Amino acid sequence: MIWFWVLIAGVVTFLTRYSMITFINPKTLSKTSKEVLKYVPSAVFPAIIFPAIFLDQEGYFLNSNSPQIWGFLIAAIFGYFFNNIILTIVSGLVSFWIFTFLF
Amino acid sequence: MKKLQILKKGFLDVMPLTIPVIPFGIIYGVIAIEIGLSPIVAFCMSFIIFAGSSQIAFAQLFSAGASPLVMISSVAVINSRHFLYGAVLSQYLNKLNYFWKILLGYLMTDQAFSVSLSYFKKNYKKKNAHFHMLGSGFTLWFLWQLSTLAGIILGNIVPEQLGLTFAIPLTFLSLIISELRKKDHLIVIAVSGLASLALYDFPFKIYIIVSAFLALGVSYILISKFKKF
Repeated sequence: MIWFWVLIAGVVTFLTRYSMITFINPKTLSKTSKEVLKYVPSAVFPAIIFPAIFLDQEGYFLNSNSPQIWGFLIAAIFGYFFNNIILTIVSGLVSFWIFTFLF
Repeated sequence: MKKLQILKKGFLDVMPLTIPVIPFGIIYGVIAIEIGLSPIVAFCMSFIIFAGSSQIAFAQLFSAGASPLVMISSVAVINSRHFLYGAVLSQYLNKLNYFWKILLGYLMTDQAFSVSLSYFKKNYKKKNAHFHMLGSGFTLWFLWQLSTLAGIILGNIVPEQLGLTFAIPLTFLSLIISELRKKDHLIVIAVSGLASLALYDFPFKIYIIVSAFLALGVSYILISKFKKF
């Protein structure tokens, strides 16, 4: 029976990915909707980032001296000034390791 | 540019973002086996569903004896952000034939969406721009299969002290880093982030899509107030 539900879950996932690509006709999108769609990354990704940084697995706020909050802040600062994907990730990870070692 | 070059560009652009994909895939494999899925089911889920957090949620709910309705609806909610990605990408992929739409739809992930969108924005006039998303999407797909297989067969081989799961929010941060300089985006980012913290306890990980819609609502207000067409 699990196979059946795995397949359904696969179909549902595929439809969330495929449907909009095919059913939206860009010509019928209003200028305002196109403008709003430009904000999709800025509207979706923070909702994935913030809980992963500031909350523990039970959903409680982490202590403010936890290494991942500091690593995150340093990554954000590096990212802001250098505007570079790799540097953002690496600076965050390295400072996370340093803070884990220090605290 | 030739197709192969564009494909390779997609591969290279997504590479830095794959750092956490490998430990995440391994963690999924380990969890799936620990909670009692058979190795073959655990592995096949990686290409039938091909969505990390949905697979983990599905496996956990299944082992907890949740009803299929709960399992399927939570997978749908977790993946609902893809609707937004699809709406954005439709502006670039709409003219492709069904084969390409199905293939690129199947390969759509947060990371492939993000890196290929920035490529499409700069190169929307190029004929073979969609090869970029084939490159980014397939790279991620392949590494996901490989790492889940590693987790299933080898168990947890990534030392926890490395904190590689922490690289997941870092890669998402790196994807919006260039928006941090824009005031309007900064407001949208803050709304989405704060809403997600407030809504985190709601079931089915519904906080992601609800926060996204709240933030898009704010972006709509910003546009209609401050941008004139």
